[in-house]
Amino acid sequence: MTTIQDDPALTERPRRSFYERHEAVILGGSAVLIAIAIWQWAWSAGKISPLFFTGPSAVVARFIEEWTMGRLKEDLAYSGTNFVIGVGAAIATGVITGVVIGWYKRLAMIFEPFLTALYSTPRVALIPLILIWFGIGIWSKVFIVFINAFFPVLINTIGGVRSTDRDLLRAARAYCASDWQIFTTIVLPGAVPFILTGVRQAVALGLIGVVVGEMFGGSQGIGYMVNYGGQTFQTDTVFMGVVLIAFAGIVLTWLAERLERHFSRWRPER
Amino acid sequence: MIHIDRLTKRYYVERDGRQVVALSDVSLTVANGEFMAIVGPSGCGKTTLLNIVAGLIPYDLGAMSIDGRRIEGPGVDRAVVFQHSSLLPWRTIAGNVRYGMEMQKRFDAATMRERTDHFIKLVGLSGFEKHYPSELSGGMQQRVNLARALAADPAVLLMDEPFAALDAQTREFMQAELLKIWSQARKTVIFITHQINEAVYLADRVAVMSARPGRVKGIFEIPFERPRQLGLKRDPRFLQLEDSIWQLVEETPERIGMAKTAS
Repeated sequence: MTTIQDDPALTERPRRSFYERHEAVILGGSAVLIAIAIWQWAWSAGKISPLFFTGPSAVVARFIEEWTMGRLKEDLAYSGTNFVIGVGAAIATGVITGVVIGWYKRLAMIFEPFLTALYSTPRVALIPLILIWFGIGIWSKVFIVFINAFFPVLINTIGGVRSTDRDLLRAARAYCASDWQIFTTIVLPGAVPFILTGVRQAVALGLIGVVVGEMFGGSQGIGYMVNYGGQTFQTDTVFMGVVLIAFAGIVLTWLAERLERHFSRWRPER
Repeated sequence: MIHIDRLTKRYYVERDGRQVVALSDVSLTVANGEFMAIVGPSGCGKTTLLNIVAGLIPYDLGAMSIDGRRIEGPGVDRAVVFQHSSLLPWRTIAGNVRYGMEMQKRFDAATMRERTDHFIKLVGLSGFEKHYPSELSGGMQQRVNLARALAADPAVLLMDEPFAALDAQTREFMQAELLKIWSQARKTVIFITHQINEAVYLADRVAVMSARPGRVKGIFEIPFERPRQLGLKRDPRFLQLEDSIWQLVEETPERIGMAKTAS
């Protein structure tokens, strides 16, 4: 006998079509492709002045040319190095100082005025000073990336440590946990989602730091390439640089979000 | 044996500096293996008393000892089951049950694994080892909380209104379950509740506290045989006992928050 529960029409999960499962990607992807197609059509039809603007095919052609014959690879490697060292150092120091300041109230009172002052200063305003300190070589670029990426990590880590759950602290103490055990089992894991939010912001701001830093002094990197391209009216070089930076931004943010999600598995589903 | 002798606790209200006497001359003795319930209206200091016995907050006057050893802070001889399950959300159920043992470092890794499995089974959560607390219901979370406390192998189990946040049905079920588990683990228990009927059903003795200042007003022996069934709550002798405890509680002028027969 078939009961209502056995009726396949009721028990079988309604199967969603390929389109339904990938609706966001399909709609978004088609919109981008159509926009590029219109742009390309306008470019080929000669409706765009090559002096002020450029077309997709020209950007791709310039990319291939620079990749095979130019110094694009060196520029990418240079910018990548700046980014990795700067952001890496910012995450390491940001987490450590954030934990210390978040945990010790008196240290927070002492350092807060300085941090607030530095945090509210537009970092770009410090670039001339940084060039005086570090010269126009790689270390001034790394430092610009660092100072851009440091604050989001620091501020979020402090917030994460401060938001430690009082009930969990009490439970840990009831089980005779030492200060170090409380730190490693309660404070740090609780702060991880905050720290990762900081990392995601650091990645975005670090990328800005790379480009801006290379625009001031020096003669290498993607930022320099874009700046130089602009000064010499090579609009396709500028566009290529912008597209590459945007692409790096998308990939890095996606990676950071993946990392964030991986470490938030325990959180209730939102 | 837990010996609490003329314990006094004062604190100051931050806003106006007013002094409040939370506990005044509280004396209580709990024998080894005894199940002692403490009832009283909200604000009578019963949770404060439990936190003091747990070693989590200091007290001003009096003395307190377990088996002759003075209590001066948290110890491995006690474990607390809090009202809010206070499980580590980033640890799985198995990780949470292991937590107390891990902090206290009294067992080697193999024993910890064994005890984790044992107590998860005892509270009826086999199969949920790899789940996170957020995936469990409130009743299940309190079972984990209980398993974590029992796994640490304390001599004394301190329970602070552990079922207060549960719905009436789950609470009844958890009470019966607690008695079953307790009959196997045989720990000394101090159980705080504001529900008289819960106290009578679970305990060997029920202490009644009054509010402001918090003090012990009277202690009732609960004569019912064990194992006790939930049906006991409908027994006339049970209701009579519940009623006489209620009358003692009612003498307290501030009886707000006291539930007579809720659940």
